[in-house]
Order: sequence, then C-alpha cells, then structure tokens
Amino acid sequence: MNALALLGRYFGASMRSQMQYPASALMLTTGQLAATAIEIVSIWALFDRFGAVKGWSFGEVMFFYALIGISFSFADFLTRGFDVFGSDFVRTGAFDRLLLRPRSAALQLVGHDFRISRFGRFFQAAIILIIATGSLHFVWTPQAVLLALWTIAGGIAFFSALFVLQAVMAFWTVESLEAVNALTYGGVYAGQFPLSLYARWFRTFLIFIVPLACVAYFPVLAILGRSDPLGAPDWFLPLAPAAGFVFLALAFVAWRFGVSKYTSTGS
Amino acid sequence: MDALRPYAAAFSSRFLLMMQYRAAALAGFFTQCWFGAVHLMVIAAFYLGAPDAAAASPISLSQAITYTWLAQGLLAVMPWIGDPEIADGVRTGSISYDRLRPVDAYALWYVRAAGWMTARLLPRVALMILAAGLILPLIGQSQWAWQPPASLSAALLFALSETLAIALACAIIMLINIVVVATMNARGVNILMQPLVVIFTGNLLPLALYPDAMRIALFVQPFAGTLDIPNRIYFGALTGQMAWVGIGLQVFWTVLFIALGRLWLARVMRRLEVQGG
Repeated sequence: MNALALLGRYFGASMRSQMQYPASALMLTTGQLAATAIEIVSIWALFDRFGAVKGWSFGEVMFFYALIGISFSFADFLTRGFDVFGSDFVRTGAFDRLLLRPRSAALQLVGHDFRISRFGRFFQAAIILIIATGSLHFVWTPQAVLLALWTIAGGIAFFSALFVLQAVMAFWTVESLEAVNALTYGGVYAGQFPLSLYARWFRTFLIFIVPLACVAYFPVLAILGRSDPLGAPDWFLPLAPAAGFVFLALAFVAWRFGVSKYTSTGS
Repeated sequence: MDALRPYAAAFSSRFLLMMQYRAAALAGFFTQCWFGAVHLMVIAAFYLGAPDAAAASPISLSQAITYTWLAQGLLAVMPWIGDPEIADGVRTGSISYDRLRPVDAYALWYVRAAGWMTARLLPRVALMILAAGLILPLIGQSQWAWQPPASLSAALLFALSETLAIALACAIIMLINIVVVATMNARGVNILMQPLVVIFTGNLLPLALYPDAMRIALFVQPFAGTLDIPNRIYFGALTGQMAWVGIGLQVFWTVLFIALGRLWLARVMRRLEVQGG
C-alpha cells in the first residue's frame, strides 16, 4: 500500500472512531468554535475604543486573524501525533512499536489521530473571513483566491514545523514541552496583528528565526493589494509563504537527527 | 485545632508535591513572558496611535502594562479547569475513597485545590516580578516594566483582595469539580470555561478597555473578582469606597459559590456513581 492510501486508511479509522460519539464530537467542535471566536471580541473592543491602529482597520486585522486561524486549524488537525509525541510515545516507549513497522515514523504520527474538533477553529475563522470580506468590500479575484490558498498552505507547513520541532524536543526531555505553546498558540495570537505593530527585535524574530510573518503578514499584504509600510519589496510579498516550507524541511532534518539519537524509555 | 489538621495536611501535601515541578514552572514562566510581551506591544500600539482616545481611556498605558504583567504572573489563579486530581479520581473511581473519609469532602477538595493553585502561583509570580519588575527597569526599559503598587494602602488592600481572589477562584474550581463528578467527564466543562475565563477575568484585555456601556456589568460579574478587581486596586484605579465595593463583591461571590457548591456536592455525593475498577 502506498503512503497516501495508508494515510487514507488512518484518516477513515480516526473519523469512524470519533463518530461513535457524534454528540461529543459536535460539542467539542462547538466548544472550540466558541473558545477561539471569543478572542475577536477583545480585538473589536480595542478598535472600538482607539480606532484604527497605525493605519490598519478592524476589517484588515480580521483578514489577518482569519487566514492565520485557518492555517493553524489544518496544521493542528494534521499533526496531533507530533503534539502528543512526548507524552504518548516517548514517555511510554510506544515509539518503539512505530519504529518496528515498515513505514516511516513521521507518516504513522501524522496518521495517529485526526481530531474533528479542530474544525471548530476553522469554521470560526472562515466566518470571520466572510465578515472581513464584507467590511472591506473586498473582491475575490481568481488571483486573490490562489494567493490565499498559497498563504494557507505555507501557514500549514509553518505550524506543522512547530509541532514537529516540539516532538524533536521530546527526544531530550518530555517535561515542559508546553513551552512550545508560546510559539504555536502565541504565534496564532501574534500573527493576528500586522507586523508593523511590533518592536524591531520581535519583527526580526518573526521574519528570520521563526518565519511567522512570511506566512501571515507579507502574503496578506499582497492579497489586500497594499505595499509593506516597513519597506519589504512588492515582488517578495507573494513569494514569502515559501519560507513556511523551508522551515518545515528544516524541522524534518532536525526530526531525522532526533530519531537517530532516540533511546527507548519503555519497559 | 485538631479538627483542622487533616485539611492543613491535605493542603501542604498537595502544595509540596506541586512545588516539585520546577521545570514546568520555568516553562510556564517563559510562555507567560512571551504572551505578556506580545500583549504589551499590541496594547501599546493602540494607545500610542490614538492619543485622544488614550487620554480618555479609564486606565493609562502604564497601568495597562502593569495589568498585563499581573495577568501573566497571576495566571495560575485563573479557574480555567477543574482540579485534574478530581477528574482523575472520577475516571479511575478513586473518588469513592473520599466518600469514606471521616472529613468534610467539600473542605478537603477545596484546600487541595488551594494547594494546587498556590504552588503553581508562587514560583511563577516570583520569576515574573524579577523579570518584569526588576530586570526590565535595570536594562533601561522601565516604560514596559511592572510598576510597584500605587501606594502603601493600595498594596495592603491588594494583598487582601488577591487573597480573596484565590478564595473565589477555588470556589469556582469547586463548582467545576462538582460538574465533573456529576457528568463524569472533565473535557466538556473545561472547554466551556476557557472562553469565559479568558474574557471575563480580564486576562486577555483589561475589563476597563471594553466599551464603557459594559463597565458596570463587567464589574459585578463573578470573574472580575479573580483578577480585574485586585489589579485595579493595585495600581490605584479603584480606591477608597470603590475599592471596598470591589472587595465586598469578591466576598459576596465567594460566599455564594461556596454555599452553592456545598449544597450541590452533598446532593451529588448522595447518589454518586463510581466507574473504573
């Protein structure tokens, strides 16, 4: 069986098991929708009190908010196995079983679990995108749609890379992996706002070290047809999401190194 | 005093156990610094971009910055989830032992939750004071720093109000615990609590920054007592009579939730279903 068909099997099994409890799946999804939707209320409150911020309107910030939310929801959906890698695979020794099977460990971890509830975040982000489109009178040209899909793809690669890196850390410590939340959930929060709001050191970090800006701020500028007030050249903006894939590739290099250093803890 | 001994022991054993998780405290601290920094930059951008609205704002930028550090440093007080030990006990069936102990179950669980909370609170808040209160001014970034309390009386009132905040948060955690015991599942209620806590405590954004029309409603709702009221007492936005009104509200909600929790737990315990084995 080739890798894709195998992933399809994993996916089907995961869906069937969650649909054994349809009410629970629905409630968890709704819960995620409510939990993530509430953040927009605080952003709205800031705009309501202070008005536009450094030339950015609420509609534009909703645009950033929606695209980063959609990217994250898919990455979170696809990489659950890496997210729980430290606690469920390394600490218990269950990773040994994965290594014995004649398929790559990364593939099996992707297939480990697909949580339906992650679509709660997707739905709320999609709703915000519709509202943002209306409030900006934005016209979705085919070019804009393609650019948005490309941005989301880069975003999925970027956040997946963070979950993979969190799993890599688990080869050395299974404690305190929640520190990576600062980059994942913190990244979602930071990516909701235009980069020009941040201090220089933070902008540098988000462009060159953890390239969040390349999958959020720069391409969204291109979609909105604005040039970068910070001076990034216009031709660069639509190309920026490629950095997400480079980041993912580097994360897998680290992953291979981690696997080669793995020693079992299980009994 | 002998009657109190089991509760003191339950508190200190949980406290000492949780204090062992030093790496977790350090990781939590870094995460909170990061979130604090991002929140600060966003709030400051709004304040600095609109000087008129900033002047009219009920709290100043420097107060909002101190608020943000307080919110991050006191994160462990927020009643996000029920006590995981209770949720575990429900899953494995071990809460039936609590039914057999010759102590008051509500009080026992309450002090255990208090031990769990304060042990996570103290190392994080100490590190946060060190970083945001001392190191930031020392490296010349005092405009971003966690400022000391507005006055001595504000500091004393804050100490009282923060103690009540912990008492109130534990009473809320007890209500969550009871839902967990009654529904035999922690996941649902924990997910529901998150959006409530993040907004209504002021954790995401100081409550004073929401539209003015909502001010009174946000002040009297119970979650304000876990973070917003002590914070505003701390930097002197709530003084004199209004400070005491805030403290009165904290006492009111704490007493009400404890009374409700006791009645409800007694009912739930009478027909307790036990799973596991």
